[in-house]
Amino acid sequence: MLNDIGSYLSSASNRAKVLELLGEHVVLAVLPLLIGLAVAVPLGWTAYRMRWLRAAVLGTASVLYTVPSLALFVIMPSILGTRILDGTNLVVALALYTSALLVRPVVDALDAVPGHVVAAATAMGYQPLRRFVAVELPMAVPVLVAGVRVASVSNISLVSVGALIGIGGLGQLFTEGFQTQYLAPIMIGIVLTVVLAVAMDLLLVGLRRMCSPWARVGVTE
Amino acid sequence: MIFSQVLAWFADAAHWRGSDGVPVRIAEHLYYTVITVLIASAIAVPLGLLVGHTARGGVLLVGLANAMRALPTLGLLTFLFLLFRSQGVSTVVALVVLAVPPVLAGAYAGVQTVEPGIVDAARGMGMTSAQRLFQVELPGALPLLLGGVRSAVLQVVATTTVAAYLGLGGLGRLLLDGLRSGDYPQMVAGALLTAGLAVVLDLTLAGMQRLAVPTGVQLSAASAASRGAG
Repeated sequence: MLNDIGSYLSSASNRAKVLELLGEHVVLAVLPLLIGLAVAVPLGWTAYRMRWLRAAVLGTASVLYTVPSLALFVIMPSILGTRILDGTNLVVALALYTSALLVRPVVDALDAVPGHVVAAATAMGYQPLRRFVAVELPMAVPVLVAGVRVASVSNISLVSVGALIGIGGLGQLFTEGFQTQYLAPIMIGIVLTVVLAVAMDLLLVGLRRMCSPWARVGVTE
Repeated sequence: MIFSQVLAWFADAAHWRGSDGVPVRIAEHLYYTVITVLIASAIAVPLGLLVGHTARGGVLLVGLANAMRALPTLGLLTFLFLLFRSQGVSTVVALVVLAVPPVLAGAYAGVQTVEPGIVDAARGMGMTSAQRLFQVELPGALPLLLGGVRSAVLQVVATTTVAAYLGLGGLGRLLLDGLRSGDYPQMVAGALLTAGLAVVLDLTLAGMQRLAVPTGVQLSAASAASRGAG
Protein backbone atom coordinates (compact mmCIF):
# COMPACT_ATOMS: atom_id res chain seq x y z
CA MET A 1 0.00 0.00 0.00
CA LEU A 2 2.73 2.43 0.99
CA ASN A 3 4.62 1.55 -2.20
CA ASP A 4 1.50 2.45 -4.18
CA ILE A 5 1.34 5.85 -2.51
CA GLY A 6 5.06 6.36 -3.20
CA SER A 7 4.76 5.52 -6.85
CA TYR A 8 1.62 7.66 -7.22
CA LEU A 9 3.39 10.64 -5.69
CA SER A 10 6.59 10.07 -7.67
CA SER A 11 4.85 11.52 -10.72
CA ALA A 12 5.25 15.28 -10.78
CA SER A 13 1.88 15.78 -12.44
CA ASN A 14 0.16 13.78 -9.69
CA ARG A 15 1.92 15.83 -7.02
CA ALA A 16 0.85 19.07 -8.69
CA LYS A 17 -2.71 17.78 -8.94
CA VAL A 18 -2.87 16.75 -5.27
CA LEU A 19 -1.55 20.17 -4.22
CA GLU A 20 -4.05 21.95 -6.43
CA LEU A 21 -6.93 19.86 -5.06
CA LEU A 22 -5.73 20.51 -1.51
CA GLY A 23 -5.77 24.26 -2.17
CA GLU A 24 -9.24 24.01 -3.71
CA HIS A 25 -10.39 22.00 -0.68
CA VAL A 26 -9.15 24.67 1.73
CA VAL A 27 -10.93 27.45 -0.18
CA LEU A 28 -14.17 25.43 -0.51
CA ALA A 29 -14.16 24.67 3.24
CA VAL A 30 -12.94 27.98 4.71
CA LEU A 31 -14.94 30.44 2.57
CA PRO A 32 -18.33 29.01 3.70
CA LEU A 33 -17.07 29.03 7.28
CA LEU A 34 -16.38 32.78 7.10
CA ILE A 35 -19.63 33.55 5.27
CA GLY A 36 -21.61 31.34 7.65
CA LEU A 37 -20.09 33.07 10.66
CA ALA A 38 -20.78 36.49 9.16
CA VAL A 39 -24.45 35.49 8.70
CA ALA A 40 -24.91 33.64 12.00
CA VAL A 41 -23.63 36.38 14.32
CA PRO A 42 -26.08 39.15 13.28
CA LEU A 43 -28.87 36.57 12.88
CA GLY A 44 -28.19 35.14 16.34
CA TRP A 45 -28.06 38.66 17.78
CA THR A 46 -31.43 39.48 16.23
CA ALA A 47 -32.93 36.25 17.60
CA TYR A 48 -31.42 37.05 21.00
CA ARG A 49 -32.80 40.60 21.07
CA MET A 50 -36.23 39.82 19.62
CA ARG A 51 -37.72 36.91 21.53
CA TRP A 52 -40.58 36.38 19.08
CA LEU A 53 -38.10 35.73 16.26
CA ARG A 54 -36.14 33.19 18.22
CA ALA A 55 -38.33 30.11 17.65
CA ALA A 56 -38.65 30.89 13.93
CA VAL A 57 -34.90 31.38 13.41
CA LEU A 58 -33.82 28.34 15.45
CA GLY A 59 -36.56 26.16 13.91
CA THR A 60 -35.57 27.11 10.36
CA ALA A 61 -31.95 26.43 11.19
CA SER A 62 -32.62 22.94 12.52
CA VAL A 63 -34.82 22.00 9.54
CA LEU A 64 -32.16 23.33 7.15
CA TYR A 65 -29.58 21.21 8.89
CA THR A 66 -31.57 18.04 8.20
CA VAL A 67 -31.37 18.55 4.41
CA PRO A 68 -28.74 16.07 3.15
CA SER A 69 -25.64 17.69 1.68
CA LEU A 70 -25.73 15.82 -1.63
CA ALA A 71 -29.38 16.83 -2.07
CA LEU A 72 -28.54 20.48 -1.36
CA PHE A 73 -25.54 20.45 -3.71
CA VAL A 74 -27.64 18.97 -6.48
CA ILE A 75 -30.52 21.46 -6.28
CA MET A 76 -28.31 24.53 -5.71
CA PRO A 77 -27.94 25.35 -9.45
CA SER A 78 -31.72 25.52 -9.89
CA ILE A 79 -31.99 27.97 -6.99
CA LEU A 80 -28.95 30.11 -7.84
CA GLY A 81 -29.11 29.81 -11.62
CA THR A 82 -25.48 28.68 -11.70
CA ARG A 83 -23.97 25.91 -13.77
CA ILE A 84 -23.64 22.52 -12.07
CA LEU A 85 -19.81 22.61 -12.08
CA ASP A 86 -19.70 26.05 -10.46
CA GLY A 87 -17.88 26.14 -7.10
CA THR A 88 -20.44 28.72 -5.93
CA ASN A 89 -22.97 25.90 -5.47
CA LEU A 90 -20.79 24.22 -2.90
CA VAL A 91 -19.81 27.43 -1.14
CA VAL A 92 -23.41 28.64 -0.79
CA ALA A 93 -24.68 25.21 0.35
CA LEU A 94 -21.93 24.84 2.96
CA ALA A 95 -22.40 28.46 4.09
CA LEU A 96 -26.08 27.64 4.68
CA TYR A 97 -25.11 24.62 6.82
CA THR A 98 -22.52 26.64 8.72
CA SER A 99 -24.94 29.44 9.57
CA ALA A 100 -27.65 26.92 10.52
CA LEU A 101 -25.16 25.19 12.81
CA LEU A 102 -23.82 28.41 14.36
CA VAL A 103 -27.03 30.34 15.05
CA ARG A 104 -27.86 28.31 18.15
CA PRO A 105 -24.40 28.62 19.77
CA VAL A 106 -24.53 32.39 19.11
CA VAL A 107 -27.91 32.71 20.85
CA ASP A 108 -26.82 30.38 23.70
CA ALA A 109 -23.55 32.25 24.15
CA LEU A 110 -25.31 35.63 24.29
CA ASP A 111 -27.82 34.20 26.76
CA ALA A 112 -24.94 33.06 28.94
CA VAL A 113 -23.38 36.54 29.25
CA PRO A 114 -24.03 37.42 32.91
CA GLY A 115 -26.74 40.05 33.36
CA HIS A 116 -24.64 42.20 35.69
CA VAL A 117 -21.91 42.52 33.04
CA VAL A 118 -24.43 43.81 30.49
CA ALA A 119 -25.94 46.09 33.11
CA ALA A 120 -22.52 47.47 34.04
CA ALA A 121 -21.68 48.16 30.40
CA THR A 122 -25.04 49.88 29.90
CA ALA A 123 -24.47 51.98 33.01
CA MET A 124 -21.07 53.01 31.64
CA GLY A 125 -22.87 54.46 28.63
CA TYR A 126 -22.41 51.70 26.02
CA GLN A 127 -25.04 51.88 23.28
CA PRO A 128 -26.54 48.45 22.35
CA LEU A 129 -24.49 47.99 19.17
CA ARG A 130 -21.19 49.05 20.73
CA ARG A 131 -21.95 47.02 23.83
CA PHE A 132 -22.55 43.98 21.61
CA VAL A 133 -19.23 44.38 19.77
CA ALA A 134 -17.14 45.34 22.79
CA VAL A 135 -18.69 43.30 25.61
CA GLU A 136 -21.17 40.61 24.65
CA LEU A 137 -19.44 39.25 21.53
CA PRO A 138 -16.00 38.83 23.17
CA MET A 139 -17.64 37.06 26.12
CA ALA A 140 -19.38 34.74 23.67
CA VAL A 141 -16.11 33.76 21.95
CA PRO A 142 -15.47 30.45 23.77
CA VAL A 143 -18.94 29.02 23.01
CA LEU A 144 -18.81 30.46 19.50
CA VAL A 145 -15.42 28.87 18.78
CA ALA A 146 -16.73 25.49 19.98
CA GLY A 147 -19.48 25.80 17.34
CA VAL A 148 -17.03 26.94 14.66
CA ARG A 149 -14.82 23.91 15.38
CA VAL A 150 -17.73 21.54 14.75
CA ALA A 151 -18.65 23.42 11.56
CA SER A 152 -15.05 23.38 10.38
CA VAL A 153 -14.66 19.59 10.69
CA SER A 154 -18.06 19.06 9.11
CA ASN A 155 -17.30 21.41 6.18
CA ILE A 156 -13.95 19.82 5.46
CA SER A 157 -15.59 16.39 5.36
CA LEU A 158 -18.58 17.57 3.29
CA VAL A 159 -16.50 19.30 0.61
CA SER A 160 -15.40 15.87 -0.63
CA VAL A 161 -19.04 14.90 -1.24
CA GLY A 162 -18.99 17.67 -3.84
CA ALA A 163 -16.80 15.39 -5.96
CA LEU A 164 -20.01 13.56 -6.90
CA ILE A 165 -21.22 16.71 -8.67
CA GLY A 166 -17.76 17.20 -10.16
CA ILE A 167 -16.22 19.77 -7.81
CA GLY A 168 -14.95 18.70 -4.43
CA GLY A 169 -11.27 19.35 -3.74
CA LEU A 170 -9.62 16.25 -2.34
CA GLY A 171 -12.89 14.37 -2.90
CA GLN A 172 -11.89 14.15 -6.56
CA LEU A 173 -9.09 11.79 -5.46
CA PHE A 174 -11.79 9.44 -4.12
CA THR A 175 -13.80 9.36 -7.34
CA GLU A 176 -10.59 9.04 -9.36
CA GLY A 177 -9.40 6.11 -7.22
CA PHE A 178 -12.81 4.46 -7.48
CA GLN A 179 -12.96 4.80 -11.26
CA THR A 180 -9.40 3.57 -11.81
CA GLN A 181 -9.67 0.94 -9.03
CA TYR A 182 -6.54 2.38 -7.44
CA LEU A 183 -6.15 2.74 -3.66
CA ALA A 184 -3.26 5.22 -3.58
CA PRO A 185 -5.16 8.45 -4.43
CA ILE A 186 -7.96 7.46 -2.04
CA MET A 187 -5.57 6.97 0.86
CA ILE A 188 -3.76 10.22 0.09
CA GLY A 189 -7.12 11.99 0.01
CA ILE A 190 -8.25 10.53 3.35
CA VAL A 191 -4.97 11.34 5.09
CA LEU A 192 -4.85 14.91 3.74
CA THR A 193 -8.50 15.52 4.70
CA VAL A 194 -7.89 14.38 8.27
CA VAL A 195 -4.64 16.39 8.49
CA LEU A 196 -6.48 19.45 7.17
CA ALA A 197 -9.27 19.01 9.73
CA VAL A 198 -6.78 18.67 12.59
CA ALA A 199 -4.75 21.68 11.41
CA MET A 200 -7.88 23.86 11.18
CA ASP A 201 -8.93 22.70 14.64
CA LEU A 202 -5.58 23.63 16.17
CA LEU A 203 -5.74 27.01 14.42
CA LEU A 204 -9.20 27.66 15.89
CA VAL A 205 -8.08 26.67 19.39
CA GLY A 206 -5.15 29.10 19.01
CA LEU A 207 -7.53 31.84 17.82
CA ARG A 208 -9.76 31.27 20.84
CA ARG A 209 -6.83 31.65 23.20
CA MET A 210 -5.88 34.87 21.40
CA CYS A 211 -9.42 36.27 21.50
CA SER A 212 -10.20 35.41 25.11
CA PRO A 213 -7.13 36.44 27.13
CA TRP A 214 -9.15 36.50 30.36
CA ALA A 215 -9.72 32.72 30.15
CA ARG A 216 -5.94 32.15 30.24
CA VAL A 217 -5.62 34.02 33.50
CA GLY A 218 -8.32 31.83 34.95
CA VAL A 219 -10.71 34.68 35.73
CA THR A 220 -14.07 33.88 34.13
CA GLU A 221 -16.56 35.60 36.43
CA MET B 1 -40.99 26.03 -14.55
CA ILE B 2 -38.77 23.59 -12.73
CA PHE B 3 -41.48 23.49 -10.07
CA SER B 4 -44.12 22.18 -12.48
CA GLN B 5 -41.63 19.68 -13.92
CA VAL B 6 -40.97 18.33 -10.44
CA LEU B 7 -44.70 18.12 -9.79
CA ALA B 8 -45.09 16.25 -13.07
CA TRP B 9 -42.32 13.88 -11.98
CA PHE B 10 -44.14 13.11 -8.76
CA ALA B 11 -47.46 12.75 -10.59
CA ASP B 12 -46.03 10.19 -13.03
CA ALA B 13 -47.26 6.79 -11.83
CA ALA B 14 -44.29 5.06 -13.49
CA HIS B 15 -41.99 6.58 -10.87
CA TRP B 16 -43.91 4.85 -8.09
CA ARG B 17 -43.88 1.29 -9.46
CA GLY B 18 -41.37 -1.49 -9.81
CA SER B 19 -37.96 -2.23 -8.34
CA ASP B 20 -36.71 1.32 -8.92
CA GLY B 21 -39.90 3.06 -7.82
CA VAL B 22 -40.03 5.62 -5.03
CA PRO B 23 -41.45 3.23 -2.35
CA VAL B 24 -38.69 0.69 -2.99
CA ARG B 25 -36.02 3.41 -2.86
CA ILE B 26 -37.38 4.71 0.44
CA ALA B 27 -37.50 1.16 1.84
CA GLU B 28 -33.87 0.55 0.79
CA HIS B 29 -32.84 3.85 2.32
CA LEU B 30 -34.58 3.01 5.61
CA TYR B 31 -33.06 -0.47 5.58
CA TYR B 32 -29.47 0.84 5.47
CA THR B 33 -30.27 3.53 8.01
CA VAL B 34 -31.81 1.13 10.54
CA ILE B 35 -29.10 -1.53 10.16
CA THR B 36 -26.20 0.88 10.53
CA VAL B 37 -27.69 2.80 13.45
CA LEU B 38 -28.45 -0.48 15.25
CA ILE B 39 -24.89 -1.77 14.76
CA ALA B 40 -23.41 1.58 15.74
CA SER B 41 -25.58 1.73 18.88
CA ALA B 42 -24.64 -1.84 19.81
CA ILE B 43 -20.99 -0.75 19.74
CA ALA B 44 -21.21 2.79 21.05
CA VAL B 45 -23.87 2.65 23.78
CA PRO B 46 -22.15 0.01 25.99
CA LEU B 47 -18.76 1.64 25.39
CA GLY B 48 -19.99 5.15 26.22
CA LEU B 49 -21.92 3.96 29.29
CA LEU B 50 -18.97 1.95 30.54
CA VAL B 51 -16.48 4.79 30.16
CA GLY B 52 -18.95 7.21 31.75
CA HIS B 53 -19.67 4.76 34.60
CA THR B 54 -16.05 3.98 35.42
CA ALA B 55 -14.93 7.57 34.66
CA ARG B 56 -11.81 6.13 33.03
CA GLY B 57 -10.56 6.84 29.51
CA GLY B 58 -12.95 9.74 28.87
CA VAL B 59 -10.33 11.92 27.22
CA LEU B 60 -9.23 9.07 24.97
CA LEU B 61 -12.83 8.30 24.03
CA VAL B 62 -13.70 11.90 23.13
CA GLY B 63 -10.47 12.22 21.13
CA LEU B 64 -11.22 9.00 19.26
CA ALA B 65 -14.78 10.08 18.49
CA ASN B 66 -13.58 13.45 17.18
CA ALA B 67 -10.92 11.83 15.01
CA MET B 68 -13.58 9.52 13.53
CA ARG B 69 -15.72 12.54 12.71
CA ALA B 70 -12.92 13.97 10.56
CA LEU B 71 -12.86 10.91 8.27
CA PRO B 72 -14.45 11.81 4.91
CA THR B 73 -17.23 9.29 4.28
CA LEU B 74 -16.84 9.27 0.49
CA GLY B 75 -13.15 8.46 0.93
CA LEU B 76 -13.94 5.72 3.42
CA LEU B 77 -16.60 4.24 1.12
CA THR B 78 -14.33 4.04 -1.92
CA PHE B 79 -11.42 2.81 0.22
CA LEU B 80 -13.47 0.02 1.80
CA PHE B 81 -14.94 -0.95 -1.54
CA LEU B 82 -11.53 -1.45 -3.16
CA LEU B 83 -10.55 -3.44 -0.06
CA PHE B 84 -13.60 -5.69 0.37
CA ARG B 85 -15.06 -5.56 -3.17
CA SER B 86 -18.53 -5.65 -1.65
CA GLN B 87 -20.93 -2.74 -1.97
CA GLY B 88 -23.03 -3.89 0.98
CA VAL B 89 -20.17 -4.42 3.42
CA SER B 90 -18.38 -1.18 2.56
CA THR B 91 -21.60 0.84 2.73
CA VAL B 92 -22.56 -0.55 6.14
CA VAL B 93 -19.04 -0.24 7.61
CA ALA B 94 -18.58 3.34 6.37
CA LEU B 95 -21.99 4.39 7.70
CA VAL B 96 -21.32 2.69 11.05
CA VAL B 97 -18.06 4.65 11.34
CA LEU B 98 -20.14 7.78 10.70
CA ALA B 99 -22.84 6.87 13.24
CA VAL B 100 -20.62 5.75 16.13
CA PRO B 101 -19.21 9.17 17.24
CA PRO B 102 -22.54 10.94 17.96
CA VAL B 103 -23.97 7.92 19.83
CA LEU B 104 -20.73 7.47 21.76
CA ALA B 105 -20.59 11.14 22.69
CA GLY B 106 -24.28 11.10 23.69
CA ALA B 107 -23.97 8.01 25.91
CA TYR B 108 -20.80 9.25 27.58
CA ALA B 109 -21.99 12.82 28.11
CA GLY B 110 -25.36 11.47 29.30
CA VAL B 111 -23.77 9.47 32.13
CA GLN B 112 -21.56 12.43 32.98
CA THR B 113 -24.51 14.78 33.39
CA VAL B 114 -26.08 12.56 36.07
CA GLU B 115 -25.52 14.44 39.32
CA PRO B 116 -22.72 12.82 41.38
CA GLY B 117 -24.86 13.32 44.50
CA ILE B 118 -27.53 11.02 43.10
CA VAL B 119 -24.99 8.32 42.25
CA ASP B 120 -23.50 8.67 45.73
CA ALA B 121 -26.95 8.33 47.27
CA ALA B 122 -27.50 5.14 45.27
CA ARG B 123 -24.17 3.85 46.51
CA GLY B 124 -25.13 4.75 50.08
CA MET B 125 -28.37 2.81 49.67
CA GLY B 126 -26.27 -0.25 48.95
CA MET B 127 -26.74 -0.48 45.18
CA THR B 128 -24.10 -2.51 43.39
CA SER B 129 -22.07 -1.05 40.53
CA ALA B 130 -24.33 -2.72 37.95
CA GLN B 131 -27.49 -1.56 39.74
CA ARG B 132 -26.22 2.02 39.80
CA LEU B 133 -25.42 1.82 36.08
CA PHE B 134 -28.77 0.38 34.98
CA GLN B 135 -31.15 1.93 37.52
CA VAL B 136 -29.61 5.35 38.07
CA GLU B 137 -27.08 6.36 35.43
CA LEU B 138 -28.78 4.86 32.36
CA PRO B 139 -32.20 6.51 32.96
CA GLY B 140 -30.46 9.78 33.72
CA ALA B 141 -28.36 9.48 30.58
CA LEU B 142 -31.34 8.76 28.30
CA PRO B 143 -32.08 12.31 27.08
CA LEU B 144 -28.54 12.92 25.79
CA LEU B 145 -28.10 9.30 24.68
CA LEU B 146 -31.24 9.40 22.54
CA GLY B 147 -30.20 12.84 21.30
CA GLY B 148 -26.98 11.21 20.09
CA VAL B 149 -28.92 8.42 18.34
CA ARG B 150 -31.13 11.06 16.72
CA SER B 151 -28.21 12.96 15.30
CA ALA B 152 -26.64 9.68 14.12
CA VAL B 153 -29.86 8.82 12.26
CA LEU B 154 -29.90 12.24 10.58
CA GLN B 155 -26.30 11.89 9.44
CA VAL B 156 -26.80 8.34 8.19
CA VAL B 157 -29.96 9.30 6.24
CA ALA B 158 -28.04 12.15 4.63
CA THR B 159 -24.96 10.09 3.86
CA THR B 160 -26.75 6.99 2.54
CA THR B 161 -27.37 9.14 -0.56
CA VAL B 162 -23.59 9.38 -0.99
CA ALA B 163 -23.27 5.61 -0.62
CA ALA B 164 -25.36 5.24 -3.80
CA TYR B 165 -22.13 6.16 -5.61
CA LEU B 166 -20.95 2.57 -5.10
CA GLY B 167 -24.01 1.41 -7.04
CA LEU B 168 -26.44 0.39 -4.32
CA GLY B 169 -30.05 1.55 -4.05
CA GLY B 170 -31.69 4.09 -1.79
CA LEU B 171 -32.82 7.62 -2.58
CA GLY B 172 -29.29 8.57 -3.61
CA ARG B 173 -29.97 6.69 -6.87
CA LEU B 174 -32.47 9.37 -7.89
CA LEU B 175 -29.86 12.08 -7.26
CA LEU B 176 -26.90 10.38 -8.93
CA ASP B 177 -28.77 8.83 -11.86
CA GLY B 178 -30.54 12.13 -12.42
CA LEU B 179 -27.19 13.88 -12.38
CA ARG B 180 -25.70 11.46 -14.89
CA SER B 181 -28.58 11.73 -17.35
CA GLY B 182 -29.13 15.45 -16.74
CA ASP B 183 -32.67 14.73 -15.50
CA TYR B 184 -33.23 17.81 -13.38
CA PRO B 185 -36.75 17.13 -12.14
CA GLN B 186 -35.65 13.69 -10.91
CA MET B 187 -32.71 15.20 -8.99
CA VAL B 188 -34.94 17.77 -7.30
CA ALA B 189 -37.51 15.05 -6.52
CA GLY B 190 -34.75 12.91 -4.98
CA ALA B 191 -33.51 15.87 -2.93
CA LEU B 192 -37.03 16.64 -1.67
CA LEU B 193 -37.72 12.99 -0.82
CA THR B 194 -34.45 12.64 1.11
CA ALA B 195 -34.97 15.87 3.01
CA GLY B 196 -38.58 14.86 3.72
CA LEU B 197 -37.49 11.44 4.98
CA ALA B 198 -34.91 13.08 7.25
CA VAL B 199 -37.48 15.48 8.72
CA VAL B 200 -40.09 12.72 9.27
CA LEU B 201 -37.53 10.44 10.95
CA ASP B 202 -36.28 13.28 13.13
CA LEU B 203 -39.82 14.13 14.29
CA THR B 204 -40.55 10.43 14.96
CA LEU B 205 -37.40 10.10 17.05
CA ALA B 206 -38.14 13.33 18.90
CA GLY B 207 -41.51 11.79 19.83
CA MET B 208 -39.87 8.52 20.90
CA GLN B 209 -37.36 10.49 22.94
CA ARG B 210 -40.24 12.06 24.89
CA LEU B 211 -41.86 8.67 25.47
CA ALA B 212 -38.69 6.83 26.43
CA VAL B 213 -37.30 9.32 28.90
CA PRO B 214 -38.67 8.78 32.43
CA THR B 215 -41.00 11.55 33.63
CA GLY B 216 -38.78 12.43 36.58
CA VAL B 217 -35.75 12.93 34.34
CA GLN B 218 -37.84 15.02 31.94
CA LEU B 219 -39.09 17.21 34.78
CA SER B 220 -35.65 17.76 36.24
CA ALA B 221 -34.23 18.49 32.77
CA ALA B 222 -37.04 20.99 32.16
CA SER B 223 -36.51 22.75 35.47
CA ALA B 224 -32.75 22.83 34.87
CA ALA B 225 -33.37 24.34 31.42
CA SER B 226 -35.68 27.01 32.80
CA ARG B 227 -33.15 27.81 35.53
CA GLY B 228 -30.46 28.13 32.87
CA ALA B 229 -32.54 30.46 30.71
CA GLY B 230 -33.59 32.62 33.64
